[in-house]
Amino acid sequence: MLIQDGIPTREDLSRVLPPESRLAKGAVAIAECFQNIPCNPCSQACPKGAIQVAPDINATPQIDFDRCIGCGICVGQCPGLAIFVVDMTYSEDTALVQLPYEFLPVPQPGQIVQCLDRAGVVQGCYPVVKVSGGKKNQTWLVSVAVPRDLAMEIRNIRVGGEADA
Amino acid sequence: MRMEQHPILQFQRGEKVTFTYNGQEVEGYTTETIAAALHAAGIRKLGTSPELHRPRGLFCAIGNCSSCFMTVNGEPNVRVCVTRVEAGMVVEEQHGRGKVLVDQSASTERREPV
Amino acid sequence: MIRDVEILVIGGGPAGLCAAQAAASLGAQVLICERDYLPGGQLVKQTHKFFGSERQYAGTRGFQIGQKLIADIAGNPRVELLTEATVLGIYEDGIVTVLYQQQHLKIRPQKIIISVGASEKFLAFPGNDLPGVYGAGAVQTLMNVAGVKPAQRVVMVGAGNIGLIVSYQLLQAGVDVACVVEAAPRIGGYLVHASKLRRAGVPILTGHTVKEAYGSDCLEGVTICRLDESWQQIPGTEQEIPCDTLCLAVGLAPLSQLCWQAGCKMAYIRELSGHVPLVSENLETTVPGIYAAGDTSGIEEASSAMVEGRLAGYAAAAALGYQPQEAEEQCRMARQELVELRSGPAGEKIRAGLAKMSKWREEQATC
Repeated sequence: MLIQDGIPTREDLSRVLPPESRLAKGAVAIAECFQNIPCNPCSQACPKGAIQVAPDINATPQIDFDRCIGCGICVGQCPGLAIFVVDMTYSEDTALVQLPYEFLPVPQPGQIVQCLDRAGVVQGCYPVVKVSGGKKNQTWLVSVAVPRDLAMEIRNIRVGGEADA
Repeated sequence: MRMEQHPILQFQRGEKVTFTYNGQEVEGYTTETIAAALHAAGIRKLGTSPELHRPRGLFCAIGNCSSCFMTVNGEPNVRVCVTRVEAGMVVEEQHGRGKVLVDQSASTERREPV
Repeated sequence: MIRDVEILVIGGGPAGLCAAQAAASLGAQVLICERDYLPGGQLVKQTHKFFGSERQYAGTRGFQIGQKLIADIAGNPRVELLTEATVLGIYEDGIVTVLYQQQHLKIRPQKIIISVGASEKFLAFPGNDLPGVYGAGAVQTLMNVAGVKPAQRVVMVGAGNIGLIVSYQLLQAGVDVACVVEAAPRIGGYLVHASKLRRAGVPILTGHTVKEAYGSDCLEGVTICRLDESWQQIPGTEQEIPCDTLCLAVGLAPLSQLCWQAGCKMAYIRELSGHVPLVSENLETTVPGIYAAGDTSGIEEASSAMVEGRLAGYAAAAALGYQPQEAEEQCRMARQELVELRSGPAGEKIRAGLAKMSKWREEQATC
């Protein structure tokens, strides 16, 4: 359970995941933020006004999935590194997961990296497609192309451990 | 060990100097504390406790707790976690409470307090 | 020689720097005495992005907030900052003594803002005095200020925000974190911090404690074990974990010595993590003209410390007659910000502590 081990449950996730119909339309942000803490940079960051933190800053963010264009600006702004962008339309058999990354070395596009789930378990090694951000606020946005059935599992990467996997 | 690269921070180090720890030469930077320089050299034991003579290291690193007392240039009870490195400093492990040499104003002689 | 100053701020951390900037913005002359050689307090070692709202620089990393606050006062001719200046005492005749560059300074301030922060708490277990058993903040200082890799393998005790954040920072510094051990049955810090640690592969063991630390000259490992519902160690659940460093992140206690010495009425308030001076809504203690802001008046997040600093700074300037109307408006806004920061479930403990504070403060005023 999240409060005991830091791993959100299916039930926790069901409250924040976009509906299938929206996922089918392309990239969309998912805020895995389940606790009422005083914080609102995500709503300030969104250029489309799609993220609400209301009525006060202790509320959890609510993403209007129809307004969200999956640009990923919020991913780099969230202090809790809790927002991800998932694009289920990336290719026929892969989805793109964009996640915040604050470690060295920073991977390069094309590099194969370990992909970890929310419990930190390696689920496989997959290619990095895009790396952006970073220079401005040291949070890199890394997009990895993963099998579609892992799109809602992969939430971290590890660079340099591919040989062990 | 010193970090040369960090995902978030850039470290600006001052002038590199040497000082001694128990007679052994150690490198440090003038911007860092004695405790940091010793740690970078892998030295974590800074002395022994007064009563039970158990090994002592630092605890708070911000000058609150007095766990990191060492003798520096002959002066005991120096909090090395907040004292910066200087070239040629003589840093020694402190065993026990340390002896203070008091400069008595009435006398030019240095003597140990009772 | 006695030096007269309008406002003396003791401690140049988030609360003190904000207090100085606020008071000076209304026209007051401020002197800050900071005992460290770097101003900024613990902000300078915070590499994570801050929570809160824009007014508390949310989304900006702590050390960058520190740089900003330092730049603000550096550009303000009404603020003077002394570093490596340790305040020794506040005396009945209003004189404050300071140790600065081997000199004994005497200062006579009209108002004092005490913002000296907190110290890390300790934990009792065999072997807790071995070199390698460190406060989590100490490890943070070594790695984020000096850039020294502080350990090879760490066990962290405490899953509050400090334990979680420092564990993550250790990973960023290339240090292996074996696990986070937390005696309570629940994670105390923000769950987003816990989740990012967990997905990096660090187990968070709630309901566990350190039974023993061992090693000859330095720490070589620890034994952890599970706790039952009444916080008793369960025999047979011991696990040995080799590590060279054990970090204690078991809470902070307000540094209250100067407040005691100045004669402020003090109270032990568990929810505020220790002995704190009873303060008014504008953070004035029971000694007129002495204010307390930040962790000194109760342990909280740095975001709140910054707002408290501003509140005390405006209030002290107003009391000296600087733009009282503008000051009152700024104080009101700062109090409102604090209410908002503390209004959620994360602020429950603080609210309970402050409720006791205001009750006792009223009783104090009527007797």
